[in-house]
Amino acid sequence: MILVLCEVAPGSSEPDEVSLEALAFARALSEAGGGVAVRAVVVGPVPDGDHLAAVLGDHGAGEVRHADGEGLAAYGGAAWAAAVQAVREETGSVAVLAGGTPRGMEVMAHLAARLQVPMAANVVSFDGLSPLTVRRQVAGGAALEEMRLPERPAVLTVAGHAWSAHGVGGPAATWVACHPEVPAADRRATVVRTAEPEPDESGSLRSASVVVGAGRGAGGPGGFGPVTELAELLGGVVGVTRVVTSLGWRPHHEQIGQTGSRIAPDLYIACGISGAIQHWAGCASSKAILAVNTDPEAPMMTRATYAVVGDMHEVVPAIVEEIRNRA
Amino acid sequence: MTRVLVAVKRVADSSGEAVLTDDGQGLDGRYAGWTIGNHDACAVELGVRVAEATGGTVTVLSVGPTEAEEQIRSALALGATAGVLVEADPRTLGPADVAAEIAGVVREATEGYDLVLLGNDAADTGDFQVPVRLAYALDRPVVTGAGMVTVDDGVVVATVNSPYGDETYEVPLPVVVSVLEGGVEPRYPSLKGRMAAKKVAVETRQAGSDPAGPGRVRWHLPPPAPSSTEVLGEGPAAAPAVVDALGRLGVLP
Repeated sequence: MILVLCEVAPGSSEPDEVSLEALAFARALSEAGGGVAVRAVVVGPVPDGDHLAAVLGDHGAGEVRHADGEGLAAYGGAAWAAAVQAVREETGSVAVLAGGTPRGMEVMAHLAARLQVPMAANVVSFDGLSPLTVRRQVAGGAALEEMRLPERPAVLTVAGHAWSAHGVGGPAATWVACHPEVPAADRRATVVRTAEPEPDESGSLRSASVVVGAGRGAGGPGGFGPVTELAELLGGVVGVTRVVTSLGWRPHHEQIGQTGSRIAPDLYIACGISGAIQHWAGCASSKAILAVNTDPEAPMMTRATYAVVGDMHEVVPAIVEEIRNRA
Repeated sequence: MTRVLVAVKRVADSSGEAVLTDDGQGLDGRYAGWTIGNHDACAVELGVRVAEATGGTVTVLSVGPTEAEEQIRSALALGATAGVLVEADPRTLGPADVAAEIAGVVREATEGYDLVLLGNDAADTGDFQVPVRLAYALDRPVVTGAGMVTVDDGVVVATVNSPYGDETYEVPLPVVVSVLEGGVEPRYPSLKGRMAAKKVAVETRQAGSDPAGPGRVRWHLPPPAPSSTEVLGEGPAAAPAVVDALGRLGVLP
């Protein structure tokens, strides 16, 4: 049996896309292993279990174990791992996996530590089953590591966007409620408050035909004026790097990359973005890329379709002005 | 007064092209140089800030080759007050082994460490689990992916920038926290700091025996993507050529 931790945003009944990608990986692993059952585990409150069971069933989960109760309402890595561990022991799963999200990584790391087995992070494929041999992203995706996971259960996370999350038409999964005990020691570090998240508009980022991106080179939250103006002129949207969202300069839903949205616009204009591997993973499917950077040797510049060498604070306003002059 | 231990890893600088060692066991830093990852750099910054705010101390630790003393001294120049090097060949160590080595240093410290900070994941191996395994080895709580860490009256307040909003943890010391790049800007070393760092004695010890290992077979590089970048010009003068290109792509309004 293969157990997949599926994440659901607080207050939502929609599974996270990366979790569905992990289910796709689990299905492939199952098929290679002769049809081993795939089950999902969901931790914490879920408003509409019927809907979630239908979606996860469509993606190949025959059963959903819903772990809820004391100590699981607020997120905590150890508490969630305790719940997943309990389900794993009940189901005798030979592999436990999650999407390569921050929570997926943390919970699987806890589980691996508790079970004293190895963990493979950011797996993109498997090469063999005896022993389970996987390939995973290392060095931020610049290289792949071939790694063996001989112990059982095999614990791993599936790299975001490495697999396609598509339904397979399965029936609604059987919903099994459970209330695992979470020891006090596993509740020592849990979320005590959450600031209201920004409205999630990442859907428009993923479907936009033009994305104008900026990174640390913007210089601060006030440095996005011309970038926003150019995006609006071209009927596009703004996208940013992880550092920009971490610094609080722009909202999280604008983040492009391994831990953000993956985009495939007709044109991606990357301003002041060096092209770190994690960001490249999110924009590599763009049909054309225009890079603006002071460093002509930056990876984004050498990989782009078009490049302009220069300071984005000078180049982008000039492009805006040129477009206006020709209108 | 918070006693902080910050663990950093010597890694090959991978901001440019990745080059593998001949045995395929990792990145080769002979050409690009050696550094610490961005997460580690932010962990050092937060450790120094916590020590400054609480009148505490910062010890920087690295598990790695003899040459990792270079990375320890870089952290000392930023405000760390002591250094410990656990000499080991990092290629032979898995995440559980590294966690065990760090845990050994924490357990044997005379005055102990209240707060252990680490980068969220190593810039090279990206295992995402040393902080968590360390917490289990020490029986301490752990918060991962923190962008900001402060200590107030013996309680660590850690903020995680998550897709679900900024999540705050409040955990009494002692605790392990892993740091994600972006919450703070690492400072630059001052001349005074660099000079002072040279005088600090770095304690050196040997790693324990019989590591479990990383489970690694070998690393592979993906085939290089063909590049045919068309440079449209330099500075604002390139704007007409850019707009011409936008027209060819059919994205002009």
